[in-house]
Amino acid sequence: MSILVYAESEKGKLKKTAFEVASYARALANQLETNVTAVTINAESTEALAQYGVDKVLAVNNPQLDTFNARTFAQVIKQGAEAEHAEVVVISATANCKYLAPLLAVELNAGYASNVVAVPESTTPFAVKRSAFTNKAFEITQIDTPVKLIGLSNNSFGLVEHKVELKTEPFSPSISENNITVASVDKTTDKVTIADADIVVSGGRGLKGPENWGMIEDLAAVLGAATACSKPVSDLGWRPHSEHVGQTGKPVASNLYIAIGISGAIQHLAGINASKVKVVINTDSEAPFFKAADYGVVGDAFEVVPTLVEKLKAFKAQQ
Amino acid sequence: MKILVCISHVPDTTSKINFTEGDTKFDTNGVQFVINPNDEFGLTRAMWFKEKQGAHVTVVNVGGQETEPTLRKALAIGADAAIRVNMQPNDGFSVARQLAKIVADGGFDLIIAGRESIDYNGGMVPGMLAGLSQMNFVNTCIGLEIDGDQVTAIREIDGGKETITTTLPLVVGGQKGLVDESDLRIPNMRGIMMARQKPLTVVEPIASDARAKSVSFEKPAPKGAVKLVSPDDLDALIDLLHNEAKVI
Ligand SMILES: Cc1cc2nc3c(=O)[nH]c(=O)nc-3n(C[C@H](O)[C@H](O)[C@H](O)COP(=O)(O)OP(=O)(O)OC[C@H]3O[C@@H](n4cnc5c(N)ncnc54)[C@H](O)[C@@H]3O)c2cc1C
Ligand SMILES: Nc1ncnc2c1ncn2[C@@H]1O[C@H](COP(=O)(O)O)[C@@H](O)[C@H]1O
Repeated sequence: MSILVYAESEKGKLKKTAFEVASYARALANQLETNVTAVTINAESTEALAQYGVDKVLAVNNPQLDTFNARTFAQVIKQGAEAEHAEVVVISATANCKYLAPLLAVELNAGYASNVVAVPESTTPFAVKRSAFTNKAFEITQIDTPVKLIGLSNNSFGLVEHKVELKTEPFSPSISENNITVASVDKTTDKVTIADADIVVSGGRGLKGPENWGMIEDLAAVLGAATACSKPVSDLGWRPHSEHVGQTGKPVASNLYIAIGISGAIQHLAGINASKVKVVINTDSEAPFFKAADYGVVGDAFEVVPTLVEKLKAFKAQQ
Repeated sequence: MKILVCISHVPDTTSKINFTEGDTKFDTNGVQFVINPNDEFGLTRAMWFKEKQGAHVTVVNVGGQETEPTLRKALAIGADAAIRVNMQPNDGFSVARQLAKIVADGGFDLIIAGRESIDYNGGMVPGMLAGLSQMNFVNTCIGLEIDGDQVTAIREIDGGKETITTTLPLVVGGQKGLVDESDLRIPNMRGIMMARQKPLTVVEPIASDARAKSVSFEKPAPKGAVKLVSPDDLDALIDLLHNEAKVI
């Protein structure tokens, strides 16, 4: 019996979410007195997983797996789970993991809880806390199947170092063809994505027009942040749809979310509430965002943001 | 082409979320229910296939009688038929099992569901349905074209999108982007009248076990008051973010 995690990588490099699922699995393994095994797919180096409590890596290396395919990846993880007699399988909440998770749950006959935010409240019965109602509430879900699949919400557990001895073994699962072919990928590679970002800088209709986004990008650049926007901003075509965050857009669970010229409508807040610290910059002190934020500046974005960028540059230079 | 659109009946996005019966049940008091927004995009795309390619569109919900107005609304928007599986859903898996039965019996070529319901946020029903039915699956779908049984779909990925080619039969987890928001339809009088004549079939569920069950709910702890910083003293903000919140 053990816990299995899928440690995702991109272009051979392990992602931060890989270390987060490892940290989570380690905490759970300590609770259950068992080991953590990770499956990696075409990761160049697996060493760093030792830092986060992974005892063993099943390293899959196969050029057929260079392109993500949900069903094939689910098959690989399933075979890893079976080889290890895993009782709990932990994956992250990236777009790819959310895609493969339900397929994996069917393959493993596993009960699946998504958006999990903490280690189990109890392990017999197995009950975990997950976010529901788009961050407006938490739900305790009990999984009764022998194998359990946990989808861990990004940034909910964090990275916890726990150094162990790691052994890496090659693993060659069987792979069958399927009917889904990726014809092309269109991805901005030079920018931090909302899903990966620790900090997200987001602009709303208060910015008046797309020509004013330079200062948002400057602020994001000093902070190493991803850029995002409210729904009307993407609807108006000021920013790409992929930046729309909120209840009907992308969820944000960053450490810091900075909302500029965003009123804080319930549908916007629902999607970003999982962020740890929220800052609002808005001319209207009555804007609902002030009720949801930790820090606020009542002021004109066109003055506040450029000054903040300059001050942050100076601050960063000092660091 | 026979299309099945899975419709989840969810509280409107502005709803206050409360619980009753010792925090074990969602409090429906004063809550307005709507078609799950992700499903509304899917339904509208299905209407396009109906109008341009002659598709037949059935909508389905697994739920109690209280969801029928939502199904009627989908009929008023233009779906041809509705099915309600008479069961209170207890988890995503058991819903997927019921839907798989409907799919097997109905011979559907394309099943459009939402990438996630805004109440339970499971994000699992379409994928499980695809897994159980051994069908192709595209999640977070923001573009869908069908020519014969050839499919071109666009999937939103972290930081961009990818184009996928596949074949019918297919299950789609849809969302905003599948159609333009301005194309979403509000039922008109004629649609509402016609919906009354359309079939809404109630079928009894097959036996299915829940694999994950909801035990209880809690609301997030109330937040402390916002700390205001003067626009003339942004150093104070940097200091708070650095020393107090420790996020920069
Ligand atoms: C079904 C449904 C789903 C929805 N889903 C989403 C969603 O997922 N995400 C989302 O964001 N919205 C969503 N919405 C829309 C939401 O209700 C709001 O309309 C939207 O979030 C408002 O965007 P905004 O704050 O950018 O614009 P506004 O509400 O127009 O607010 C602009 C703000 O900018 C401030 N401002 C103006 N000038 C300045 C200045 N110079 N400096 C600083 N501040 C300034 C104003 O005081 C105001 O507070 C949804 C709505 C519905 C009905
Ligand atoms: N009870 C249900 N009846 C019909 N379709 C459902 C039901 N629950 C979920 N779905 C479909 O599955 C999608 C994802 O739901 P979920 O897995 O609960 O997030 C929804 O957008 C619907 O299309």
